[in-house]
Amino acid sequence: MNSKQSDRRRFLKEGAALAGLAVGAVRAARGQTTGIETLGLRPDDYRAYGMRSRFVTSVRTVGSRTGLLTPLQDSVGIITPSALHFENTRGYPPPDIDPRQHRLLIHGLVDRPLIFTLEELQCLPSVTRIYFIECGGNSGGRTMTKNAETAQQIHGKTSCSEWTGALLSLLLQEAGVQKGASWLVAEGADLGKRTESFQMEKAMDDVLVAYGQNGEPLRPQQGYPLRLLFPGWSGSFCVKWLRRIKVVDQPYLAKWEIGRFKPDSEGRIPFPTGQAPKSVITRPSGGQRLPGPGFYEISGLAWSGGGAIRRVEVSTDGGRTWKDAQLQEPVFRFAHARFRYAWNWNGEETVLQSRCTDERGQVQPTLAELGGISALDVAEGRFIDYWQKSNDESGSNYIQPWKVTREGSVRNALF
Amino acid sequence: MVLGTCVAALAQTPTYNRGRTPSAEEVRAWDIAIGPDGKELPPGSGTAKEGAKIYARECAHCHGPTGAAVPSGAANLWPHTYSGQGRSPTPLVGGRGTLDTDRPMRTIGSFYPVATTIWDYINRAKPPKEPGSLSADQVYALTAFLLYQNNIIQESDVMDAKSLPKVQMPNRGYGGK
Repeated sequence: MNSKQSDRRRFLKEGAALAGLAVGAVRAARGQTTGIETLGLRPDDYRAYGMRSRFVTSVRTVGSRTGLLTPLQDSVGIITPSALHFENTRGYPPPDIDPRQHRLLIHGLVDRPLIFTLEELQCLPSVTRIYFIECGGNSGGRTMTKNAETAQQIHGKTSCSEWTGALLSLLLQEAGVQKGASWLVAEGADLGKRTESFQMEKAMDDVLVAYGQNGEPLRPQQGYPLRLLFPGWSGSFCVKWLRRIKVVDQPYLAKWEIGRFKPDSEGRIPFPTGQAPKSVITRPSGGQRLPGPGFYEISGLAWSGGGAIRRVEVSTDGGRTWKDAQLQEPVFRFAHARFRYAWNWNGEETVLQSRCTDERGQVQPTLAELGGISALDVAEGRFIDYWQKSNDESGSNYIQPWKVTREGSVRNALF
Repeated sequence: MVLGTCVAALAQTPTYNRGRTPSAEEVRAWDIAIGPDGKELPPGSGTAKEGAKIYARECAHCHGPTGAAVPSGAANLWPHTYSGQGRSPTPLVGGRGTLDTDRPMRTIGSFYPVATTIWDYINRAKPPKEPGSLSADQVYALTAFLLYQNNIIQESDVMDAKSLPKVQMPNRGYGGK
């Protein structure tokens, strides 16, 4: 064996050991060969880690500010491929974290401060759940580019994945939460060391400390090796590259969370009610083209921070009549739901819309029903201005109208 | 041992015994989030006068010489434009009384309900090219400078772990949105 080959072999072995660390806590025995070595494939070989067809070109695009948008119009089913998950940053790039060096510290108002390696966390009982993450500023000026036309450009800051990890409540029970502890501060290991405060009630309910996404470790842009998931809440809570959780007795008022924790008239800090119910037809949608009259399946996504989507209605006549769409079963709570509706296009100009209802009975409103909001407000992001919101409920869940012209072009009819 | 004690002890016992106890030094090194009462603030101090020099050197090229107006093209100075266009900084100074208008200006002076937020953010994330490179004294001095620019403290007021949490911010109690 020449030295080049032996170098490559060593590289593969190290790579495989790393992969073992990242995926599971139980490492392969020393000297054990893996399939990848037998075949002699490098980890970047498409046969070792598969790629899509060169004819499939759907990609994320850049939004109005820092952030990458999911191509919702190309999606099928409810899962967003990890590589197409939207991404928001505060301007700092994803850190390049060696999982062997990464730690999670839990401290503050606890009986037993604890520090975990990734391997130790993966020894704990795990859960796997399908959740959407939606940016609190989705469907508004913080997402849209000028003259936004497509579902991606308008609503591309929502994605849905299968997440695996340990419940935060389990970690807190291991650490022993003390009396008087009512809030937590989570912090990331990125350059800007993103922090978020949140209530103990949510932490003990369903917050997930995730290391897995869609059957493999998180992608670096999604927080590798560890991130938080807040089912139903704005994506901004979901601290990536999670390295620390401090148990405290009040919100810590980091720069970006000041407006969120404005107390009500009785001095109580509101508990986020989650993202408002929203749906969007993804096919046909803005920027697409219908080749001619005839049968089309209208298909789209609906989701709500209130839990499960109970109903989606579709209008194919500009909102005069609405009919129930079929929901893809099972419908998961706090996840994208796929809806489908059979439609025969007669070739005339019309407007397609969808509206959803969640398990709370909340119905997605029209832009007019949202009240006092103009399309220009939407385009310029005024009504969903992040800092103006007293809690996390998104006010940007207007019904999205798509106009179909006689030529078959589909256009954004919002403005 | 009486049964009641046993039950109480059980509830406080970890089930899985994973993870280890961190050292005091490990906790200290990471315990950087500053709450409104300033418990985590480290020793050190600074004044606006000292802060002015650091601001001119480290901050002014993006935030403008006074913090009240952002220079054009500042967004392009942001070093981490990896997922889109640069982010234009928002003004740090001014904007009082604008929160309930159509064009709210959310600055330190108009919006921040507590002064600890300023210290926390400078210490955690600034300057963007090298967060963590400023000493505690420098962060206190910069915080003092920004409070002074917003007419909240005097130029000679010393900011430290004791005085900073006591600063009365114009938006304490969240009068504005």
